[in-house]
Amino acid sequence: MAVLVLAEHDLGTLSASTARIVAAAAELGAVDVLVAGEGVDQVTIAAAAIAGVAHVRVAQSAELNGLSAEALTPLLEHLAPDYTHVIAAAASVGRDVIPRLAAKLDLMPVTDVIAILGPNRFERPIYAGNAIETVTSNQPRHLLTIRASAFRPAAQGNAALIEPVDASGVVAVARFVAAHRTEGDLPDLSTAQIVVGGGVSLGSAEKFALVEQLAGKLGAAVGATRAAVDAGYAPNDWQVGQTGKIIAPDLYIAVGISGALQHLAGIQGAKKIIAINSDPEAPLVKLADYALVGDLFEIVPALIAELERLGVKR
Amino acid sequence: MKILVAVKRVVDHAVRVRVRPDRSGVETDNVRMSMNPFDKHAVEAAVALNEAGRADEIVIVSIGPKQANDVILTALAMGAHRGILIEAEGRLETLAVAKLLKAAADEERPDLVLLGKQAVDDDSNHVGQMLAGLLDWPQATFASGIKVVGNGLEVTREVEFGRTTIAIPLPAVVTADLRLNMPRNAGLPMVMRARQKPLTVRSIAEFGVDIAPRLEIERVSPPPEREGGRIVTGVSELAAAITAELSQLETL
Ligand SMILES: Cc1cc2nc3c(=O)[nH]c(=O)nc-3n(C[C@H](O)[C@H](O)[C@H](O)COP(=O)(O)OP(=O)(O)OC[C@H]3O[C@@H](n4cnc5c(N)ncnc54)[C@H](O)[C@@H]3O)c2cc1C
Ligand SMILES: Nc1ncnc2c1ncn2[C@@H]1O[C@H](COP(=O)(O)O)[C@@H](O)[C@H]1O
Repeated sequence: MAVLVLAEHDLGTLSASTARIVAAAAELGAVDVLVAGEGVDQVTIAAAAIAGVAHVRVAQSAELNGLSAEALTPLLEHLAPDYTHVIAAAASVGRDVIPRLAAKLDLMPVTDVIAILGPNRFERPIYAGNAIETVTSNQPRHLLTIRASAFRPAAQGNAALIEPVDASGVVAVARFVAAHRTEGDLPDLSTAQIVVGGGVSLGSAEKFALVEQLAGKLGAAVGATRAAVDAGYAPNDWQVGQTGKIIAPDLYIAVGISGALQHLAGIQGAKKIIAINSDPEAPLVKLADYALVGDLFEIVPALIAELERLGVKR
Repeated sequence: MKILVAVKRVVDHAVRVRVRPDRSGVETDNVRMSMNPFDKHAVEAAVALNEAGRADEIVIVSIGPKQANDVILTALAMGAHRGILIEAEGRLETLAVAKLLKAAADEERPDLVLLGKQAVDDDSNHVGQMLAGLLDWPQATFASGIKVVGNGLEVTREVEFGRTTIAIPLPAVVTADLRLNMPRNAGLPMVMRARQKPLTVRSIAEFGVDIAPRLEIERVSPPPEREGGRIVTGVSELAAAITAELSQLETL
């Protein structure tokens, strides 16, 4: 049994989730990684270094830049017969391409997998994580997206074989117009060990910086509720929840967040949760491991000062 | 331009569902149902294109039980012109839904199919991409902006690193994210008028599509319960709790 993992990458950097997807895929068979795009040498090297990867297959073509579903689908259709499983992270590229590929191959995909119980048995959440489905697929081939946060990363230090794949026939239909990237050198939200999340109660983009300061102090990634993103206080790629990113940090600090079920869907995997909220009845206060009830505008600056005093540095 | 919009009737997004004691699924009896939230944004986008003179006909299609009439009526009240209900009892897999929508698209020949990015019951996020694959049309998923430019669309998509804008030719499939627009609430006169609009009921059998399930759902379980914790009394206690967690991390 061999498994193909589609690598997600941006600006010449391999996505941090790839090592986790490889670790999950290794439960299913020998793992090959597909790297698609132009100028992907660094991405290829990074993929080859992940423990458990047998081959990195490289499809070089400008038509694959942007990793559009229209360009990737025929390429994956062509490679799929060599594999029992074709897998991508449950992130924007994988979510875009795997269902399209599935329809082309007349297969039902299993997406957002959080546990692999066997070669054809998987667990996936439904209803914003309020229920977990155990699914068996008796299809000849399995197309999966996997939640990176549900798996630990594979180790580094491998040197997998690198081999080219013919991508000469690939054509992108979509034309690139513009990209808006959130600048900054914060840790990757989906895989961060610590995340500080802020809600709409921060009140403005300027005041949302308080959340970012606390995150900076802890070397944490920054998350936000949909309400905070909709209000323009935080960029969309910080949204955590059913329709944003799913995170599973060791520590999640929720600042002024009520804990709507769509938000909780994104943090179920967090090991420890701390809530700072003025409302003792807020759902997040009730389920947090530690909660401090009070005004975040007093608590957060005092907390930063206290962490400073204790010499916390990460 | 003619637009087809797919809408699904789902358990209302505000309901916290419970898993049935026999683990066969979630309890949906006597639970409030409504239009999938993402699909409202898809309908709103279509109606806005109509109002801007970019689209002349909006056809709504829903696959589900008789009661799915309600969500079609909601869409008609928002400003769509006609509805099609493909009657289906019980659960359909997303691939079957996509095949039925493909059959509907073959009949209707729209220039654009709008869908929600995901249905909040199964949380699949499949159907738009599958439909685009079956039709061999370009797709723009997770849209937070749609502009008609020349003979095609410029669509802004919400992605991992932020946002990206792409240009695609028509015909195409676009799936709506929640930041695409603000869906309107139709007033009573619009709701009354919606009842006069044409609504065709079709049976699945008419389409000759293979809807046999490919996956077996062994069971549906509740998620692990979280133990509620404790209230700390002040900032220094909170800081101590955080540093204790941090030192645990360092030893990993
Ligand atoms: C289909 C759908 C999908 C959704 N997807 C997501 C998603 O992915 N992610 C997501 O987050 N949401 C999502 N939502 C929205 C979700 O339902 C909630 O509306 C949102 O999470 C609420 O955000 P919030 O906690 O910032 O705001 P609120 O619910 O308004 O909570 C604000 C909290 O701040 C507290 N507060 C106010 N002032 C202070 C103060 N000075 N100090 C301390 N505490 C204070 C209040 O007590 C309250 O608990 C979705 C909704 C729908 C319908
Ligand atoms: N039964 C259905 N009837 C009509 N449209 C549907 C149905 N199921 C899914 N859709 C559409 O496909 C989108 C994505 O659904 P899903 O892939 O199930 O998450 C939804 O937002 C709807 O627009």
